[in-house]
Amino acid sequence: MAATSVHQGNPPAALETPKIAVQDLNLWYGSFHALKNVRVDVLPRKITAFIGPSGCGKSTVLRTFNRMNDLIKGVRVTGKVLIDDHNIYEEDTDLIRLRKRVGMVFQRPNPFPISVFENVAYGPRIHGETRRRRLEELVEKSLRATALWDDLKDRLSTPALGLSPEQQQRLCLSRLLAVEPDVLLMDEPCSALDPIATARIEELAVELSKDFTIVIVTHNMQQAARISHVTAFFLLGELLECGETSQIFTNPKNEKTEQYITGRFG
Amino acid sequence: MQRHFEENLNALKEKIIRMGSLAEEMIQKSVRALMERNPSITQDVFDMEREVNLLHVEVDDRCVKLLALTQPMAVDLRLIAAAMKINTDLERIADQAVNVCQTCYYHLLKETPVPQANIIPRMAEISQSMLKNSLDAFSKKDIELAKKVLLQDEEEDRLKAETLSELIELIKREPDHSKQFVDLILIAKNMERISDHATNIAEDVIFMVLGVDIRHHIEEKRP
Repeated sequence: MAATSVHQGNPPAALETPKIAVQDLNLWYGSFHALKNVRVDVLPRKITAFIGPSGCGKSTVLRTFNRMNDLIKGVRVTGKVLIDDHNIYEEDTDLIRLRKRVGMVFQRPNPFPISVFENVAYGPRIHGETRRRRLEELVEKSLRATALWDDLKDRLSTPALGLSPEQQQRLCLSRLLAVEPDVLLMDEPCSALDPIATARIEELAVELSKDFTIVIVTHNMQQAARISHVTAFFLLGELLECGETSQIFTNPKNEKTEQYITGRFG
Repeated sequence: MQRHFEENLNALKEKIIRMGSLAEEMIQKSVRALMERNPSITQDVFDMEREVNLLHVEVDDRCVKLLALTQPMAVDLRLIAAAMKINTDLERIADQAVNVCQTCYYHLLKETPVPQANIIPRMAEISQSMLKNSLDAFSKKDIELAKKVLLQDEEEDRLKAETLSELIELIKREPDHSKQFVDLILIAKNMERISDHATNIAEDVIFMVLGVDIRHHIEEKRP
């Protein structure tokens, strides 16, 4: 099996219009060239997993999708990230609106130190929603979507930090859903959770993928294999291979991908 | 971690190879029992089957444990999936050799010898060579050798068809020896089954190495 040097990936249903299209993306942290000519499509209402060893650039790519990297000093980006055909790196991009559409959860659940209700209502409120009835509806809908409602409906005023780690992660997802995004970015969302909680969050991700485009960064290859439709493998800032998850894990085309997923390096 | 896993994979491969060489020897002995009219050789084959059966269970057990404990991916996953299938084929090949010996021991060697038994070694030679090639292809990941096995199977099928029509003719011409000819038909069928199992092994080797399933020409028939 010959290694290819193609720095791009074409997910299976290439005819489907991608939700996110990354085109010749380069990113530098100061003088460090962290992403090199990355081209990858993210399909709508599918789970795309980014895998690769630490430092390969997978989280960096993820953070370009809501321009979180802008917050880091010395970052320079060239190339395009099109979301619904609009390049979010255009000057006119409304970052507040972008981050409302493209939500993100992190390794450690990070609920605000306020009540469950206020955590979920926080987003709609800062986006201008003041009607109590509407906020209640959004909170219920968002908590139902992450299967928290039945457990928490009588405890909405309790502090969010008192919840279990899994519930906190669900709450963080609910907080995103309350502002009605269409893309959910998950950066190692289960790495602070035990296996049972991990399985439940994975189930939730699969459930949410019916309505949302999900991109997940994970070190857990079994997790990528279990829940994603498309897997992209990154190495040293390059995208080496992207394809249907079942293909990547049974018959990867790139030698490096094979070595990584069979545990021969990384 | 990786070295430990490699050791396990190598041990698995060795067990498969050991089973294969036993099966090969069993085919050889079964034909010798027939040609030399020696019932004691059939006993050797019956004894060897016990070791094959033990390996059959052991190989599957190793595969299931490797799947459960190491969650192999890609080339490793394909190796274990292929090993499980090859294991089944090898056990059945050994069974076919046992069947030949049973036919010899319980029937054929008790009847008057017929010179036409010499049809069988020609078929056996191909079956045995196919088995050897498929196992060499497995241990060396040799695609070309695996493809050669597929061609040999066509030859074996032709030979079986010829043998069958020849023996049917003989039954008509020499009804006094019909019992022997029917037994030879059964043995020819055993040889043909062995070559089919060797073909399966060759197909599994191609899957293991290339990740492509060539069985039943499925790929060519896909729209």
